[in-house]
Amino acid sequence: MADNKDRDDVTGIDTTGHEWDGIKELNNPLPRWWLWCFYGTIVWGIAYTIAYPAWPLVNAATSGVLGYSTRAEVAEQIAAVDAQNAEVSARLASADLATLAPDDDAHRYGVAGGASVFLAHCSQCHGSGAAGALGYPNLLDDDWLWGGELDAIEYTVRHGIRNDVDPDARWSEMPAFGEIFEDEEIAATVEYVLSISGQDHDASLAEQGATLFEEQCTACHGDAGEGMRDLGAPRLSDAIWLYGGDREALTETITYSRFGVMPPWGQRLDEAEIKAVTLYLHQLGGGE
Amino acid sequence: MTKSPDTPPALYVAREPIFPRRVKGSFRTLKWWIMGVTLAIYYLTPFLRWDRGPNLPDQAVLIDLAGRRFYFFWIEIWPHEFYFVAGLLIMAGLGLFLFTSALGRVWCGYACPQTVWTDLFILVERWIEGDRNARVRLWNADWSARKLRLRVTKWIIWFLIALATGGAWVFYFADAPTLLVDLITLNAPLIAYSTVLILAATTFVFGGFMREQVCNYMCPWPRIQAAMMDNDTLTVAYRHWRGEPRGKHRKAAGAENLGDCIDCMACVNVCPAGIDIRDGQQMECITCALCIDACDEVMEKIGKPRGLIDYLALADEERETAGAVPRPILSHVLRPRTILYTGMWSLIGVALIYALFIRSDIDLTVEPVRNPQFVTLSDGSVRNTYTVRIRNLGAEDKTFRIMLTSDEILRITVETEGPNEGHVIVPANETLAARVYVTARPQDAAAKTESTDLRLWVEDLETDSRAGVATIFNGKG
Ligand code: SF4
Ligand code: SF4
Repeated sequence: MADNKDRDDVTGIDTTGHEWDGIKELNNPLPRWWLWCFYGTIVWGIAYTIAYPAWPLVNAATSGVLGYSTRAEVAEQIAAVDAQNAEVSARLASADLATLAPDDDAHRYGVAGGASVFLAHCSQCHGSGAAGALGYPNLLDDDWLWGGELDAIEYTVRHGIRNDVDPDARWSEMPAFGEIFEDEEIAATVEYVLSISGQDHDASLAEQGATLFEEQCTACHGDAGEGMRDLGAPRLSDAIWLYGGDREALTETITYSRFGVMPPWGQRLDEAEIKAVTLYLHQLGGGE
Repeated sequence: MTKSPDTPPALYVAREPIFPRRVKGSFRTLKWWIMGVTLAIYYLTPFLRWDRGPNLPDQAVLIDLAGRRFYFFWIEIWPHEFYFVAGLLIMAGLGLFLFTSALGRVWCGYACPQTVWTDLFILVERWIEGDRNARVRLWNADWSARKLRLRVTKWIIWFLIALATGGAWVFYFADAPTLLVDLITLNAPLIAYSTVLILAATTFVFGGFMREQVCNYMCPWPRIQAAMMDNDTLTVAYRHWRGEPRGKHRKAAGAENLGDCIDCMACVNVCPAGIDIRDGQQMECITCALCIDACDEVMEKIGKPRGLIDYLALADEERETAGAVPRPILSHVLRPRTILYTGMWSLIGVALIYALFIRSDIDLTVEPVRNPQFVTLSDGSVRNTYTVRIRNLGAEDKTFRIMLTSDEILRITVETEGPNEGHVIVPANETLAARVYVTARPQDAAAKTESTDLRLWVEDLETDSRAGVATIFNGKG
């Protein structure tokens, strides 16, 4: 019907003829190209879900005729980065860390990559900041149980500590003195250890403890409690304690003996990763 | 719903073709100049060279996405200085407010790329197919060899312009001469070609076919700008009090009552938006001022004063109808609103320039390592670690010394040291992250208090200029 045109007086625009409670709907027609664009997006949308993974099914989604997958793309990107780093990585794997210059690309690559290796494999025990925790050594300080030189760190990482998997693992064990000493003897030894580490102590007890210490402890911890790295025996005369250095903690340690274990990463990480994490640890502030 | 038509009215309409006629006049001349200058700036800027020394690119304007740097002649912006760009964008926004409230849609009429490229495309169209009447005839004519030839020629030239437009864009993101050779020898990256093609396609379609449709349906400015105009805004308008009643037949009886408008349709025929300015202000009007030129030409011919269509302020309508002269332009332009916009605009501008000049040539950030808060060393001292990032803006390697000041006794050691104690070498155009240790001996106050203020300093050994950042030392507290 051509004559049902209804014009709005105020705007001079035709209405659609729809009216609600006296309010009329103006007809400002959309451009036709807009409509075609709209249809275009529908076609595009359908084509897209055919070309790319889209529709969820019971076990997985449709995989799309183009065979695209984000996973494959990531794998490709990782492979590309690996290929890019292959040369420097190979150089790091065969490098002698002690002579590798800090401004060498392989060194920088090692430190940066080592940080990732550390976060992925080591941070669970040693903490993401490498500050350790009770029973897990702090790797930032200047005190090392088994040595803080590059080759000592590398050996520890590679073979681990007190594990049955690697025959070359570092190994030592402190006896539980609760089975050897009387309670008073333990108390006296504790006082002596407090004294050599410069803490408040009972002088007369410490004097008794000195004899006990000399008989039982110096073989590993050294005459003055300076520790022995070959055996992983901690230095007792400093301010750093793996299991706590106060009276209570020392009593517990001497009575029951405490030590931790570490896996041999040589069996899990590749050569470049081991060297990388070694370089990373060495530059955290405690390296020797 | 009370009424439901049997055949609903059309909800979609086809575009009405518009054939703007050629026009001569002062605004047209001004627009040719603006077109020439803006297009030249756009196409040529990437090829300007600017020597920055051996390690930096020598392209005057370059957006280096991979290196995350923006080079603009002597200015170099790093990602953490993005506030400069934000500031410029705010200034652009305020500038637009200012111009719109003072002069209406001048941006649309003269400077918008959509307008400039459409103008250029219409120029080509006119050159190939002739002026308005010829184009209308060609449009209505059946397809023939001639029509096909004209159309294809036009499209080819349009497409070449479009290609150059998309092409120029990518030159802002890479070394232009190298990329040009790469593009031609088919050695450029895929992304360069796809960018060029996508932008060429949009230029071709927007400039050649969409034209005013972009303004009317796609662009937000017509809505925003209309909302920013008021009665004092100078904009293109028709003096209906002078022109009406319009009439063609000047010799007919009663013609002495007619206004100045002879209804020649010149203003309508030149309009790129396809509207009639005599209907009053309309959303479609981009204020290109071509109807002013067209009407002035006519007024001159019939010996009437110019300015039947003119830049005017709605506020003057009453005065002019009463026969008085309009208020001077300045009194319209200078009003609290525009003054406020100008003030804000200049304030930000001055602040940005100030920020640019006080920008120390040493750029330094200090990031305390807080995992862990501190490390106890075997002698009982307490150590904090800081990552000090020093960036070298220059084109040569520089040596810096890192120092600290504090009220308490603290010692500093710098890992990644250069030849001398506390010295680091930062390569040209790079940022160096130096690991810095600050230690308090067990007997020092800083080791026992929870936090101690300190300031880390970096000194450029050549210029002796220094920069410092305040930070905190954590003790056992
Ligand atoms: S309406 Fe938008 S696209 Fe059109 S001229 Fe104005 S700013 Fe440009
Ligand atoms: S009405 Fe006049 S100023 Fe507005 S777009 Fe048309 S020609 Fe340009």
